Amino acid sequence: MSKAILFIEHAGGELRRASLECLGAALSAGLDVTAVVMGPGADAAASALSTSGANAICHLTGADTWSPDRAAADLATLAKESGASAFLAAATATGKDVAPRVAAHLDSTLFSDITSLDASTGSLRTTRPWLAGKVIATCESASEVFCATTRPNAFSAPEGGGSAEVSERAASADCKASVTEVSAKEGGKLDVQEASVVVAGGRGLQEAEHFSLVEGLADAFGGAAAVGASRAIVDAGWRPHSEQVGQTGKVVSPNLYIAVGISGAIQHLAGMRTSKTIVAINKDADAPIFKVADYGIVGDAFEVVPALTEAIAKVQAEA
Amino acid sequence: MKIIACIKRVPATDAQAKIDASASSLDTSSFQYMTSFYDEIAVEEAVKTKESHGGEVTILTLGPAEASKEVRECIAKGADAGVILTDDDWQARDCRSTAKALAAKIQELGADIVFCGKVATDRDNAAVGPMLATYLGWACVTDACELELNGSTGTAKRATEAGLESVSFSLPAVITCDKGLNEPRYAGLKGIMAAKKKPLDETAPQAEESHAKVVSLETPAPRPEGKIIGEGAAAVEDLIQALRNEAKVL
Repeated sequence: MSKAILFIEHAGGELRRASLECLGAALSAGLDVTAVVMGPGADAAASALSTSGANAICHLTGADTWSPDRAAADLATLAKESGASAFLAAATATGKDVAPRVAAHLDSTLFSDITSLDASTGSLRTTRPWLAGKVIATCESASEVFCATTRPNAFSAPEGGGSAEVSERAASADCKASVTEVSAKEGGKLDVQEASVVVAGGRGLQEAEHFSLVEGLADAFGGAAAVGASRAIVDAGWRPHSEQVGQTGKVVSPNLYIAVGISGAIQHLAGMRTSKTIVAINKDADAPIFKVADYGIVGDAFEVVPALTEAIAKVQAEA
Repeated sequence: MKIIACIKRVPATDAQAKIDASASSLDTSSFQYMTSFYDEIAVEEAVKTKESHGGEVTILTLGPAEASKEVRECIAKGADAGVILTDDDWQARDCRSTAKALAAKIQELGADIVFCGKVATDRDNAAVGPMLATYLGWACVTDACELELNGSTGTAKRATEAGLESVSFSLPAVITCDKGLNEPRYAGLKGIMAAKKKPLDETAPQAEESHAKVVSLETPAPRPEGKIIGEGAAAVEDLIQALRNEAKVL
C-alpha cells in the first residue's frame, strides 16, 4: 500500500471534523496513513486518532508554539523518511497555510481544495474546482509526492476502528514565523465553510441592522448554522470578509444553504452552488438565485424570515 | 527597502467558463482579463510600505506579453518598475513551476519583502505565495488582514476558523494579502501617463515542467430545476414540509 502522511488538526485535543474528513478521503483511497498531530492537547488527539482507522500516529512533541514553517519542515521530513507517496491536509486556514510549504519542501505540486480522490486507475486522481467551481478539473500529479488539501464537507469521516500505535518524536526547533496570540471568535461561532447549515444575507436586507434577521434564523438551528454574506454587504461594511460567500470570498457546500435577499450574481452562485439543498427568499421572482435554488419563496424577507425562524425553532424543539 | 508585488492576469470574475474541444483546457476566446482581486491588495500594500518605509516597488508577473496591460495598471498606482516572465504557455503552468520561476527571479532582483494575493481567482490554488517563500527559505504569513513592519521584523494578523492569529516574523518575508488589509487606490491620470512610458523588463522564466497534469475539464452539471414554493410567509409551512420530507435536511 502507498504510504501517506496526513497533517491532522485539533483544538486542544479535539479532532477537527475537516481533518477527520481528510483521513476518510485517504483511507477510502486505500492509502496507508500516518496521521501527524502536534501542539497543546496533541496527546489526547493522538489517542483519539489511534482508534480512527489510521494505520499509525505520530505525535510531534515540543511544538507548543504554532509555527507553520516549522510544522511544514517537520511534515516534509516525515514524508521523506517514510517514503510517502502522498501528503494530505484539510483545506482549512491552517491546512492551506502549511500544505503548500510541505509541497515545496518535497519539490512537488499541490492540489488545493480537492473534492474527490481516487486510486482505482493505479495512480491518485483528483478533482478540484477552478474559477470558484465554474469548472471542475480532473488532475493527476507527476510529482514524487502527491500533495493536496481536502475541501471541508466533500468527504466523509472514517467509521473508525483499529488500534494504531502512537509514536513520539521531537519537533524541530527552527522557526521563521510563529503565532504569538489567537483572539478567539465571539461565542465559539462556526465558520461558514465548516457549518452544515449556512444562512446568508444580501442587499435585499436594505440596512445593516436588518442582518439580525439572518442571525436569528441561523440561531434557530441550534448551533449547526453559520451566517454568510454577499459581496455587496461585505463591501458596504455590514459584515466581515470572513463571512463572504462567492468567488472573492469562500466557497461553501453545506447541507442546507438559505439565501435571504441575495439576487445571485454569477460570482456568488459560484461560491454556493455545490450546497446540497438551496433555499432562496427574494422579493424579485426573476432573481437569478431562483435558477439554482431547490426551493424558492417570493416575498419580503421581513415577513418570511421571522415566520421561517419560528418554524425552524419549532422543528428543532421537536427533534 | 526593496519591495516586490507579484500579480497574476486572470479572467474577469464575471467570465462564463467554456471548455475547448480538447476537453482539457479552457476556451479563453471570450475572456476579458484583469489583475486578480487579491493581487490588487498586494500591490496596494507594497505601495503603502514604500510610502511609510521608503524604497522601491517592482511588479512581477509570469504570463503572456499581454500582461503588460495589468503590470502597467499596477505601476500607475505607484510602483516603480515592472517585470514580466513571459511564457505563452502560462495557462499550463502549475503552482510549483510558477513558484520556482518567481523565486529564481526574486533572488536575482533581491528583495526585503514580497507581497502576493492570498489566492488567484482562476485556479484558486492559494499555493504560489507560501511555496515561493519555502523555495527562497524565507518567512511567510498567508492571508494577512493586518500588517505592521518594524525594521527587520514584523507582525501580521490572519483570520482562521478559530479566530484571529497574530504572527510575528522576521524579514525577508513573503506576505499573502487578504481582503481587509487595505483599500486599493485608483490610478491617477499622471500615474497612468507615466506608466505608459515605463520600460518593462521582459524575460523568459526558468524552464520548469508542470507536474499538475490535467486529465479533463468539465463544467458542473446544472442543478435540477427548482421550484417556487409560494409567496410570502404563507409558504413557510410548505417549505418546512419539503425540507423535511423531500430534501431530508431537517
